[in-house]
Amino acid sequence: MAEVLPLPSEGAGSGDHVQFRFRDDEPLMDPAVTVDAFIDQTNATAVRVEPGDDARKLLPHLGRIGLVEVNFPAFTDGRGYSVARILREAGYAGELRAVGDVLIDQLSQMKRCGFDAFAPDKPLDETDAKAAFDRWPHVYQPAADARVPIWNLRHGRNQEQNG
Amino acid sequence: MYKYDHYDQAMVDARVEEFRDQVRRRIEGHLTEDQFKSLRLMNGLYLQLHAYMLRVAVPYGTLSSAQMRALADIADKYDRGYGHFTTRQNIQYNWIKLEEAPDILADLAKVEMHAIQTSGNCIRNISSDQYAGAAADEEVDPRPYAELLRQWSTFHPEFLTLPRKFKICVIASEQDRAAMRLHDIGIRILRNEAGELGARFYVGGGMGRTPMIAPVIRDFVPLDQLITYSEACLRVYNRYGRRDNKFKARIKILVHEMGADEYTRQVEEEFAHLLSQGIEPPTAELERIRTYFQDPAFEHGALDALDRSDPDFALWVDRNTMAHKQAGYINATISLKPVGGIPGDASADQMRLMADLAERYSFDELRVTHAQNIVLPHVRKADLYEVWKQLDQAGLGTANIDQIDDIIACPGLDYCSLANARSIPVAQKISQRFAAGGKADALGELKLKISGCINACGHHHAGHIGILGVDRKGKENYQLLLGGSEAEDTSLGKITGPGFDEDGIVDAIERATDVYLRERGEGERFLDTYRRIGMEPFKEAIYG
Ligand code: SF4
Repeated sequence: MAEVLPLPSEGAGSGDHVQFRFRDDEPLMDPAVTVDAFIDQTNATAVRVEPGDDARKLLPHLGRIGLVEVNFPAFTDGRGYSVARILREAGYAGELRAVGDVLIDQLSQMKRCGFDAFAPDKPLDETDAKAAFDRWPHVYQPAADARVPIWNLRHGRNQEQNG
Repeated sequence: MYKYDHYDQAMVDARVEEFRDQVRRRIEGHLTEDQFKSLRLMNGLYLQLHAYMLRVAVPYGTLSSAQMRALADIADKYDRGYGHFTTRQNIQYNWIKLEEAPDILADLAKVEMHAIQTSGNCIRNISSDQYAGAAADEEVDPRPYAELLRQWSTFHPEFLTLPRKFKICVIASEQDRAAMRLHDIGIRILRNEAGELGARFYVGGGMGRTPMIAPVIRDFVPLDQLITYSEACLRVYNRYGRRDNKFKARIKILVHEMGADEYTRQVEEEFAHLLSQGIEPPTAELERIRTYFQDPAFEHGALDALDRSDPDFALWVDRNTMAHKQAGYINATISLKPVGGIPGDASADQMRLMADLAERYSFDELRVTHAQNIVLPHVRKADLYEVWKQLDQAGLGTANIDQIDDIIACPGLDYCSLANARSIPVAQKISQRFAAGGKADALGELKLKISGCINACGHHHAGHIGILGVDRKGKENYQLLLGGSEAEDTSLGKITGPGFDEDGIVDAIERATDVYLRERGEGERFLDTYRRIGMEPFKEAIYG
C-alpha cells in the first residue's frame, strides 16, 4: 500500500528551504558545519555531508547530532544514498535532509535510503512530488525505511525489518 | 520459467505509469533534457543517430513463446518489422518514437516484460548461460540466482545512480558461455568440498576502452548470503568508484587502482557490517523461485539418436547443437547470422516462427545468446529434423555457430552516435568472403567480433579475431586484434599493427586465417595455434 504523505512543512531548517518533511519534532535551527569542523567543534549539532565525505567518521558522534544535511551537488552523483543508509544503519534517528539538486524522480529512492526531509534547490511541483512519493505499491528489497520487501510479504513475513 | 505474481506485475505496471508521467512532464517542459535523459535511459531509451532506440530486457536470456510473439508484434507495430538481439541477451528496436514508448512498455508489461534498467548508470539486466537448465555440464540451473538478483537490483534505492553502468552475469558450469569474467560482477555457482552450493565472486571485469579480466575476490559465498555479499560489493563501488572521469568510472578501474586485495578487504568489512542488518531474503524465496525452474516434463526413454541421412541436416546438427542433460533431447541454436545478413537481426515473421517452434517442440522456451543467436533449449531428438526443415525454409537454417561467419557486431555507425566506423557492412563482407567456397567450414571454431568504436559493445577484445573501428583523419579505419577469448580461458586480444580500410581488413583476416590453415596442429582451433606460435607469423603474413 502506498504511504500517506504528511503535510509538508515549508521553510524550516538552517537556511535551506525544506519543502517536504516527514517528522513531527521541531526542526533544528543550528547551522550545519562541515564534517571536519563538526568533529572538531564538540558543541556543534548539525553537520553537512558532501559527496566525498566518509559518513562513518560521524558514527562516534551520533549522540550529539540533531541534523544531517546531505548535499547532492548534481542529481547524478549517488554517493549521498550510501551516506544516508550508513547513518541509519548505525542507528541515527535525527533529521536526515537531502539538499541540493533534489528532483521529483529521486524523491522515493531518497526516502527509502532514510531521508526524511527534502530541501531542493528549486521548489518542486507539489502534485508531482506527492505522486512520486506514492509511486511504488511495493518494494523489492529492504533499505532504511520501514517498508517490507516483496520477498518477505510472499512468505507471510509482514513485520518491519531492522535494515 | 519464471512467472510474475501480483507483486511483480504491480511493480512493472507502476513503472509504466511512472514513465508515462515522466514523458508528459518532459513534453510539458517540467523536465530538462538532461534530467529526462537519465530517466529515459533507465527505461532503455537511447537517442541514436536517426531515431530513438528501445532496449527491452530479457532476464537471463530466457523467453516464452508468448513473449517472443509480443516482441514480434512490437517490431511490426512500432518499428520497421525487425528487432535486433544484443550481446547482453536483450533485444533492441532502432526506430522508436518517444511518444509511443510508454505504450510499448505497456504492451511489454502485458507479457511480463519491461525495459527497466537496460541502460543508465545502474545495475543492468542479469545475464546467464544460454543453456541454463539444459546443459549436460552444469552444476545446477543458474537462473534462480539470477532471478533473485534481478529482484534485488530492481529499483534498488541506493544503487540507481552509480558511477557508471553495472553488469552482472551468473553461470553454473566450468565452461563459460556467457563471458562471465568480462562483467562488473561475474558469479559462478559451484560446490565446495563439503558438497554445498555457493557462489564464487569475480569482480572488476569489463571490456570498453580498458579491458580487464575480473579477479576472484571470494571463492565461496554461501547462497544464503548471496544478496548481502552483492550489496557489499556495490556499496564499496558506489562510495569509492571514480566520478571525475566517465572513462574511469567502471568498477574495473576501482578494483585495478585500489588493488583487488584492498577492494576485497573493504567488501569483507562492509559485508560483515551488512550481515548484522538482516537484508538477505528468506531462504523460502529462493525455494519459491526454484520451483519455476524445474525440469519440463521430459519424455523418459525418448529416442536418443538422430537420422543423419540428409547431409545438410547433418552439417547443421554438427554446427548448431549442444548436448542436453536429458537423454533423447538436444539444445538447438538458431543462427541469426545468414550469409551477408545483419548479425542479430530477426524479422517479426522469423520471431513468430521461432515462437511457434518453441511452443510446439521446446516446452515453450527460447533463449537469447550473447553471441546474438537464439536457442531452442529442449528439443526432442526425434523432432529435430522437422524443426530444422521449418527453420531452413524461413532463412533461419544457417549452419555456422562459433564459426568465422557467426559474427558478433555492434550497431556501429549505421545507428550509433558514438561510432567511429560502421560494423555491419564489414560483418557482411567477411561473412560473404568466408562462406563462399566453404572456407568458414574449413576454419572450424573461430570467433570474430566487431566494435564500431573503443566502447567495445561488439566485444572485439574477446574475439579470437577482433576488429575495432577507429577514426583515422576523418576516414573509417579498422584495427585487427588476435588472440582474445570470452570463454573459460578468458584472454584479451592484441593489436596486430596499423589498421586497414574496409576492404583491406577483410583481406588481412583472410591472410591471418591462411597462416592458421598452414600451421595448425592436430585438433587445434585458430586460437590454439595463435597461442602456440604467437603473433609474429601472423604479422608477417598480414603486413609482409
Ligand atoms: S562499440 Fe561504439 S559504435 Fe559500437 S555500439 Fe558501442 S558505442 Fe556504438
